[in-house]
Amino acid sequence: MSEQFEQGVAELGKQIDARISSYFSSCVHCGLCAEACLFYTETGDPRYTPIYKLEPMKKLWRQEHTISGKLAKTFGLSKPLQEQDFADWEELVYDSCTLCGRCSMVCPVGNDITYMISKEREGFSRAGYAPEGLKGATQRALEIGSPMGVTLKTVLATLAHVEKNTGLSVSVDQQGADYMTLFSSMEVVNFPEYIESIARIFDAGGVSWTISSKAFEATNSGIQIGNSDNAAEIVNRVVTAAEELGVKYVISPECGHAYTSIRWAGPNLIGRPYTFKVIHILELLEQLKQQGRIKFNGKTDEPVTFHDPCQIVRRGGVVEPQRDLLNSVAENFVEMTDHGVMNWCCGGGGGVSANERADELRAKAFDRKRRQIEETGVDTVVTACANCRMMLEDGIEENEMETTVIGLTELIADYLVTDAKEQPEVR
Amino acid sequence: MIAQLIDGPLWYFSFTIFVLGVLWRIFMILRAGVKKDLAVPREGGGAGALRAIFSRFVPERTVRRHGKVQLVAGYMFHLGLFALLFLARPHVDFFAERMTGFGWWSMPYWAFIVAAEVAFAGLIMLWLYRLLNPVTRLLSSADDYIGTVLVFLVMLSGCLALAQSVEALRLLHLFLAELLLIYFPFSNLMHAFTFAFSRGYTGATMGRKGIRA
Repeated sequence: MSEQFEQGVAELGKQIDARISSYFSSCVHCGLCAEACLFYTETGDPRYTPIYKLEPMKKLWRQEHTISGKLAKTFGLSKPLQEQDFADWEELVYDSCTLCGRCSMVCPVGNDITYMISKEREGFSRAGYAPEGLKGATQRALEIGSPMGVTLKTVLATLAHVEKNTGLSVSVDQQGADYMTLFSSMEVVNFPEYIESIARIFDAGGVSWTISSKAFEATNSGIQIGNSDNAAEIVNRVVTAAEELGVKYVISPECGHAYTSIRWAGPNLIGRPYTFKVIHILELLEQLKQQGRIKFNGKTDEPVTFHDPCQIVRRGGVVEPQRDLLNSVAENFVEMTDHGVMNWCCGGGGGVSANERADELRAKAFDRKRRQIEETGVDTVVTACANCRMMLEDGIEENEMETTVIGLTELIADYLVTDAKEQPEVR
Repeated sequence: MIAQLIDGPLWYFSFTIFVLGVLWRIFMILRAGVKKDLAVPREGGGAGALRAIFSRFVPERTVRRHGKVQLVAGYMFHLGLFALLFLARPHVDFFAERMTGFGWWSMPYWAFIVAAEVAFAGLIMLWLYRLLNPVTRLLSSADDYIGTVLVFLVMLSGCLALAQSVEALRLLHLFLAELLLIYFPFSNLMHAFTFAFSRGYTGATMGRKGIRA
């Protein structure tokens, strides 16, 4: 048994809090969580049942937290965790779980299985049992500042393009701005139109905003891989930058995982509340709309549907703003059958998209989303997460679907009244 | 001799094990602790906890569509069992005599028969589902089967005892119930108590985020 493995088991043991202890105590092995998990529903493989992914942690819990388990361990009736247990379960813990949280919504005894899996990852990653893709992403996030290796130089180049395309000035490191904006690397590299859109919208709404040269990345690979030390370091960069600039708010980008990381996990990772507030871009856009600071001119007559990023709705609590915003710019918004907090994941959350080993499984799991989209009979999917967008585009291409994916913030910007003299169309 | 043992010391012993064991298990859960959530909440966690404790009695759509057997059988078994446990005449008399000092309304005989049939049907369906469904078969441990068999035998002996009015059957029923009480704290029958904790913890976390869970 290696020293690293022993550290991993010790870490796994530390993660068992009252929540997890009550969850294992309550589970009656009904298997209903399987029906909520797209990896099970799309493959039919019982090993992908969410609670089954927690067998190593359950074994440790039983041995450490129950009388029968302690007795069984003492008398040699139950073996301690072996390296092989971690090796066998690594795929279940990382490849077949996007931390989407759907299983946690259906469990009759209320187990937050997603929380359990995220805690189990802490033990696995400490023991060295984590996918290479995620290890690399975390390393890059720590060393370069971005899981995709995006440097400040790249961000500044993108911002220069944004300024050229919009004719607007984007401030960097502006002391005393109200808002500090974060991005996901994917937005910087793949969807710079998101940055252009917020520049236009913030200009129209008179928002005082800036970008920090010290912390522009919002995603947190430390959380995805399950290493809270790394996760805390990544959060700390944002906190330090925001506090140095003296901003009142930090804006989470569309990226759902980024939002839960900085909004909900962040203060707990660094061990103190922030001196600023965190707001999701969709919440801010909704506020601007409600305050009449942004107005829209016309609506798209193209029927659209909306893919809910799990971390924004189910794990983040932002459910209605996107619907209100979409209805403001779309004549015909068709909801998917399961939407809002019971949406189905794109298949690439929780670090799965960074894990090449999981590509084949992810492609299978996408079948759920394909059917959902096709059932709506709509050719345009709007979403609000760069990672979801990439996964949707991948799946759409692989399945040869005639579907277009667009970002909600961009759609909002397309119908924005930018000139004070330009009046919204009477509807 | 055996009758006196079952009716007397073994009852007190098993009941003590049950109470202390349940309390110990709950203590072990609480002792593990939960860190204070430092993120600024949208709503109070208490309201979320309370909501989840009750809202999870109503199945989510995914469960209604894909978990019909577990849902129907689960409700049949639990409702039937509770009716038998708390409203069967001999049980009400037993509680009044040994624990509470007062009795309450009990079911007429025909209602007892209906409750027993509903509980048996539910339990047998759940049992078969556990054996035949690949997911539950994979998840299930010896504990699940021992618990099921014990509950089944307790219910069966209880029904026979009431129907036949034979003292030996009453003693057999009491003896099996005592075994169940001793086994209870060591098993996942504990969910009868801990479900409130698990639902509450999740509901509080979700509630702080403004999510109805």
